[in-house]
Amino acid sequence: MPTTHISLIREHTEIIKPPRALWVPFELGRPLGVPNDAPFQTKVLLAALKLFEATSGPVLEDFPEEAPVSGEIGTVWACPINLSIEKTDLSSTEQLQEAFRREMLQLRPWYDLAVKTRRRTTVGVSGISVERISDFIGAFLQGNVPENPRQDLPVGLVLKLAVDDLKAFYFEAVSAQPGQALPGSERFADWFWDETVAGKVLLAVKQACTKSNDPILQTVVMRLLIPMTQTNQSN
Amino acid sequence: MARLDQLPEPMRSHIATLECPNFKTQPWIEGPPLSQRRVAMISTAGLHHRDDRPFTIMSGDYRIIPGSIAANELVMSHISTNFDRTGFQQDWNLVFPLDRLRELADQGIIGSVADFHYSFMGATDPKLMEPTARDLAGLLKKDRVNAILLVPV
Repeated sequence: MPTTHISLIREHTEIIKPPRALWVPFELGRPLGVPNDAPFQTKVLLAALKLFEATSGPVLEDFPEEAPVSGEIGTVWACPINLSIEKTDLSSTEQLQEAFRREMLQLRPWYDLAVKTRRRTTVGVSGISVERISDFIGAFLQGNVPENPRQDLPVGLVLKLAVDDLKAFYFEAVSAQPGQALPGSERFADWFWDETVAGKVLLAVKQACTKSNDPILQTVVMRLLIPMTQTNQSN
Repeated sequence: MARLDQLPEPMRSHIATLECPNFKTQPWIEGPPLSQRRVAMISTAGLHHRDDRPFTIMSGDYRIIPGSIAANELVMSHISTNFDRTGFQQDWNLVFPLDRLRELADQGIIGSVADFHYSFMGATDPKLMEPTARDLAGLLKKDRVNAILLVPV
């Protein structure tokens, strides 16, 4: 079966040697380069498909262009909502969880607007409603395991999916606010992990569940909750 | 960017030391011109329909993505937290360029878009994916696919 392949890590492709591969110099998670830029995406796609015209292989070509720097990356971005945590005693689990609920409530109208405007959301993979996500994740703060809302997955994995939903909720909400350039991935990650209560809750959940007797939950909190790029800050 | 030497630690070391399979042979199959190709996508982004089962740790199975799927129906349950998802959250075509493929088919640049596409969850031992990938090849033939675009994340 003829294949062509977009490669994000050239060094891996050099070892695997698939029949046809186009290496692209883009960020992990962005194989077509840049969101909301159909002409650029088409250029990348065509470059990969054109490799079907090669008469011998393996072929490994380099895409010659960097991803365009869009407004999302080049602009200094700040969330216009003041998610102040100054009055919160972050050592108090109850106060932290209450601040988490309040923060999600503050962002909720913007999330609703985002869904209405885009007619799309990537929230929902956990199967837990937006209203219940803060309570479900917050329940892990004391190292307890809440009742599993799903029968088909272990609770540790449901926590991982709920965290994915949480981060998607925050991104979609803040990116719907007026007069703001979209935050680039790095800026969003810095904001989420450094400036939101949600980020502090996840770091606290990791601390609380590190010694869990549930091996899947332990794997999730140790390896799948906090990005490697934030690991140094969470230790 | 995904230039290995520019990734921050510990990501760079993690990716640099990942074991990659190598193969004794390099199969090569040609086909008709691009304008006669029927193209299917296989993603490793852990994509699936909103109502479908999420991927689990080290799962070697795949999810079917119908060619008629709408943007709001596609979600991602990749187990890794070490790649950007904000791009996918803005525009599904960044990871799963179905609209772009449909446009190329409308313009006659490719022959057609397959009825079904597929996604694996790439943070898995490739050996676990091989049996299902072999089955998938047979299904793709039944869909008259003669060009597969493999898209990482």
